[in-house]
Amino acid sequence: MATQHSRSAARLMMAPAVFLLLVWMLIPLCLTLWFSVLDYRPLRGTFDCCEGFGNYTRFLTSSSFQSSVITTLLMVGGILLITVIGGILLALLLDQPMWGQGPVRILVIAPFFVMPTVSALVWKNMFMNPVNGLFAHLWEAMGLQPLDWLSQLPLFSIILIVAWMWLPFATLILLTSVQSLSSEQLEAAEMDGAGPFSRFFYMILPHMARAITVVILIQTIFLLSIFAEIFVTTGGAFGTRTLTYLVYQRVIESQNVGLGSAGGIIAVILANIIALVLMRVVGKNLDA
Amino acid sequence: MARAVSTQRKLIYTVVAWTIALLIFFPILWTILTSFKTEADAIADPPLFLGFDWTLENYAIVQERSDYMRYLWNSVAIACGSTALGILIAVPAAWSMAFVPGRKTKDILLWMLSTKMLPAVGVLYPIRLILIELGLLDTKGALIFILTLINLPIIVWMLYTYFKEIPGEILEAARMDGASLRSEILYVLTPMAVPGIASTILLNIILAWNEAFWSLTLTTVDAAPLTAFIASYSSPEGLFYAKLSAASTMAIAPILIMGWFSQKQLVRGLTFGAVK
Repeated sequence: MATQHSRSAARLMMAPAVFLLLVWMLIPLCLTLWFSVLDYRPLRGTFDCCEGFGNYTRFLTSSSFQSSVITTLLMVGGILLITVIGGILLALLLDQPMWGQGPVRILVIAPFFVMPTVSALVWKNMFMNPVNGLFAHLWEAMGLQPLDWLSQLPLFSIILIVAWMWLPFATLILLTSVQSLSSEQLEAAEMDGAGPFSRFFYMILPHMARAITVVILIQTIFLLSIFAEIFVTTGGAFGTRTLTYLVYQRVIESQNVGLGSAGGIIAVILANIIALVLMRVVGKNLDA
Repeated sequence: MARAVSTQRKLIYTVVAWTIALLIFFPILWTILTSFKTEADAIADPPLFLGFDWTLENYAIVQERSDYMRYLWNSVAIACGSTALGILIAVPAAWSMAFVPGRKTKDILLWMLSTKMLPAVGVLYPIRLILIELGLLDTKGALIFILTLINLPIIVWMLYTYFKEIPGEILEAARMDGASLRSEILYVLTPMAVPGIASTILLNIILAWNEAFWSLTLTTVDAAPLTAFIASYSSPEGLFYAKLSAASTMAIAPILIMGWFSQKQLVRGLTFGAVK
């Protein structure tokens, strides 16, 4: 039914959003790309063309890059493991008949709405502090030596904090998926003698597969850029420096813009590889 | 007999679910409780759960010493400002994509999504440089604009999935009856689209309120929202548990309440409509 007139009107209505996003994406990215081939250190007053790929090779071959990639992988992988497995179990539990399902849901979902700096500081000070933290009291009560979590188990501590914030997200999405499974089918399978395990592995899990993929991909995108949690807990010390944090330190703290920009471009490329996969999955849904 | 078994099962599920839910919620509960303690009670050994003297002094002190209201106002202005601006830009775009789809619509939607995946740190320095050159670093306007752009893809996507569900036949019927484009939008589309727009607004305010990367890197004092204000407690003030808790409670309470109302829309918004 769309006429030529309404088509051009439609294009006009789309224009501001498209134009703004285009500018937002292209201009800073081009500047970063340009800086990445310069010897650009504002504090020393150097702004020299051209390093070529010098910054890239320096960034890629530095030991801090390699360790930051490993840290990033461990952090993202650990959080994904906890949130996806925990999310599946919690979703199955919340789907069962119980009293007070609504309030339980509300309690479980709450951490997702806590701002990152608040949850990081609350965990750091009130739970993980080696003297006054609740964990320290708990450890003492069990007759154990209290841990200084953020310096003894820094990576694990941050994984724990971030997983706490993202578990509700995974649970909520997986619960939505579980609830869309027809209970008649499950009952039929039960009648035919399928036990709880075979029902889980052959019916529930395949049904949730899509939602699980979506959870993994979306969380990966967000988790690759974890920043505030590291910023207020360890500041990147004790082996918690992720790729994002390394680039931040190079650019802002040591003001080596050329080197940091090369790192930024590398981070963009890595993130885009993951993004491509996500777009495939989401794009498929557009047709369905 | 069957009923008795199911009641027993229900009881078990209830107990297990409530236990886990309370454990997950505990850090928030503990923060709220601690905010009503004196500093001495907050670090008492063994920890005090309920048997302490409730006090409101922490809230008063946080406000007095750190000008809490200014950060609160910054957060409100930034979250609401960027949401309003985003909605203003996104509603026409999503409307045209949903009702006058062209060959390129799907590509444009996916491209918009892809801008969301650009790691912020990759463009941090240029953005800072541009803002410094324009004299806009540490201003609310700059942060509002940037958060609008950050969340624009999500807003467009969410609105698109809601608008898509409005049956096109109704619009055609209105057009047949002689409704102009303006009255079509005003009297037919808007009433049906309002619930979708409302939940998009809600989700976007939550996202903007909790945004941390740009808030921490582009503000210092004047435009700092609550996220940045709380970060200033990282040391050594963080050791004043009761005050940290009071500041935290005030910072998360409004969003927690809004979040509880928007949990259904959250799934849809954050999965770009892939899970409904």
